[in-house]
Amino acid sequence: MTFNIYDFTSFNQWIDKTLYDNLPSFWALIIEMTLIGVAFLLFYAVIGLFLVYAERKVCAFIQNRVGPNRVGPYGIFQTIADFIKLLMKEIIPINNADKFLFNLAPFIVIIASFMAIAAIPFGKGLHAIDFNIGIFYVMAVSSLGVVGILLAGWSSNNKYSLIGAMRSGAQIVSYELSVGLSMVTMVILAGSMQLSEIVEAQRNGWFIFTGHIPAFIAFVIFLIASTAETNRGPFDLAEAESELTAGFHTEYSGIKFAFFFLAEYMNMFIVASIAATIFWGGWMPLHIGGWVGFNHAMDFIPPFFWYMGKTLIVIFLMMWFKWTFPRLRIDQLLKLEWKYLLPINLFNIILMALVVLMGWHF
Amino acid sequence: MEDIIINENQIKQEEYIVNMGPQHPSTHGVLRLKISLKGETVEHIEPHCGYIHRGIEKMCERLTYQQIIHLTDRLDYLSAHTNNEAVCLLVENALQIEVPERVKYIRTILDELTRLASHQLWWCAFGMDLGALTTYFYGLRDRELILDIFEETTGARLLQSFNTPGGLMNDIHPNFIKKVKEFIVHFRKKLPEYDELLTGNVILRERTNDIGLLTLEEAISYGVTGPSGRASGFACDVRKHHPYSAYDKVDFKEILYTKGDCFHRYKARVEEMWESMKIIEQLIDNIPEGDYAVKMKPIIKLPEGEYYQRVEAARGEFGVYVLSTGEKYPYRVKFRSPNFSNLSAINKLGAGHKIADLVAIGGSLDLVIPDIDR
Repeated sequence: MTFNIYDFTSFNQWIDKTLYDNLPSFWALIIEMTLIGVAFLLFYAVIGLFLVYAERKVCAFIQNRVGPNRVGPYGIFQTIADFIKLLMKEIIPINNADKFLFNLAPFIVIIASFMAIAAIPFGKGLHAIDFNIGIFYVMAVSSLGVVGILLAGWSSNNKYSLIGAMRSGAQIVSYELSVGLSMVTMVILAGSMQLSEIVEAQRNGWFIFTGHIPAFIAFVIFLIASTAETNRGPFDLAEAESELTAGFHTEYSGIKFAFFFLAEYMNMFIVASIAATIFWGGWMPLHIGGWVGFNHAMDFIPPFFWYMGKTLIVIFLMMWFKWTFPRLRIDQLLKLEWKYLLPINLFNIILMALVVLMGWHF
Repeated sequence: MEDIIINENQIKQEEYIVNMGPQHPSTHGVLRLKISLKGETVEHIEPHCGYIHRGIEKMCERLTYQQIIHLTDRLDYLSAHTNNEAVCLLVENALQIEVPERVKYIRTILDELTRLASHQLWWCAFGMDLGALTTYFYGLRDRELILDIFEETTGARLLQSFNTPGGLMNDIHPNFIKKVKEFIVHFRKKLPEYDELLTGNVILRERTNDIGLLTLEEAISYGVTGPSGRASGFACDVRKHHPYSAYDKVDFKEILYTKGDCFHRYKARVEEMWESMKIIEQLIDNIPEGDYAVKMKPIIKLPEGEYYQRVEAARGEFGVYVLSTGEKYPYRVKFRSPNFSNLSAINKLGAGHKIADLVAIGGSLDLVIPDIDR
């Protein structure tokens, strides 16, 4: 066994082989699942805390402020302190709320984001499951989150929550289409729905370059639609605090609120990693044809850092929108999707099919 | 089980009523709007006031004229200086006292600084109402400088009570002129940033164009004054049409639009900031030497009769009515607050629009709730 930071395949195979050789297959499977579960939980918590901190710093930077700077150097422990506060806060019971659904909703939201993260390739050989329908699976489970939001709004027994949940339902159902269709555009170019193969297909150039015009259009649509799908930025109608106080999670407190909060950031992370994977080559280093020295230098950076770097750039873009733009109105939001994004997207698919058929891509 | 079964007609007749406020982030205070909704569309709005009613008008009946000044601060706390001035002008006109030119100039400059500070805060809050949180910090950055100027000269940042019948409480600070000039230079550079961040934004245009239309006739009949009225074409600028203090000596434009939607109310305020700076620039170098107040009797008694004085506060026409019986206390005081009249039009403006539009309309009217309840 060799532990190689550039390729985790042999390492994973070694763990798998050792477990299956020494244990009955049932227990080996259980241990593998536990290991992956623990790894994801840790990753989830760290990324969640980091993104909350990053958002506060980015937003402070945009707003002429310093941001958190009291707890630890540069305030890096601020989110940990906040999270401890949320853990210890009293969970306020709501009168006349549907108790079961009220308690269930945050778990549905967080489970949906958990399931989606399983299919994402973080590096070569570094993914939990590598489906042949990976991209389809991510789309399917990430849209489960809306069920949690609808339940939260319905069960809170609060009019603002209900309006927020209804908005969220309309919004996510509409924008799911654009997210899906822009992914389909890229699937046409890649010729596969398996995420590892999509990444592998970008070895000689990321799709945003090789697919040029249709890929770029798809990327812009994906960025807009996925921001809307995660209820962020100018599309945060579901929690529009100046209209609906906090929308669907108005009545939640303590750890249950933290679940919604964390799920929002994880969803942002997931859509950013999908964008990085299907448009910017996932963990693939930047290669430019013919520049051998440059390509070698780029190969030297481990794939995981490439992946994280690209994801964080997309996340920064999404934060940038959020802190700069005013919020759209619900009818404008739906108009944007059904009258502009969807027709452009459908046209773009035809364009991409044409490009692939005629071999106009690089 | 019986009471759960409701017949279909009953459901149709029921309205979905949401109480926006008294505790709600977009009402900027303790205003309660009772809204009947049909889906997302607002059918009817019923404003309920009185959550911050302090009985100021009644209290004034047991206070001397010098003491009333301190209560007028607490009406529209963002136009504190302008409100003070209304009472001072009323007393001075009633007693036929001519205040020194220096007082008039300083009052006018402070008036315009108040207006600037108020419009800056409105701009912050308007952006925030529409979901652009960054505007808040841009606006407050510049407002801070005005508040510093106030603090140095008047001793207070928000509720200055710097006017007194017959003049000012004190002379201006030696740094005042220098600091005001520095501020104007700074703000002339920073105001275009406001346009870059918000005015040109396509989402803002979409959110405010053709929203909350108020025609000229409606503006007049509801008594909507200030920038909100002028956006509908109602030439109601007291500074222009009934000049007081030093407004007859300065050259400025009355911002008038005809459309009367949210965007033009927004535009009117942003343009007023430019005009305010122009007024200050014309006055700041020419403050005449002289006393900062005329000697008044310690107890002021207005002659018997009715008096009315109006000034242009940041949100519209602010009026003070005093009925005097010749005592040291007024017999009756009534404040004509611009926000109360502006709020009265909200059903006209908001009905038929979406909830989000209602927030934008509320923001564009720039309501200050203590001024409504008094």
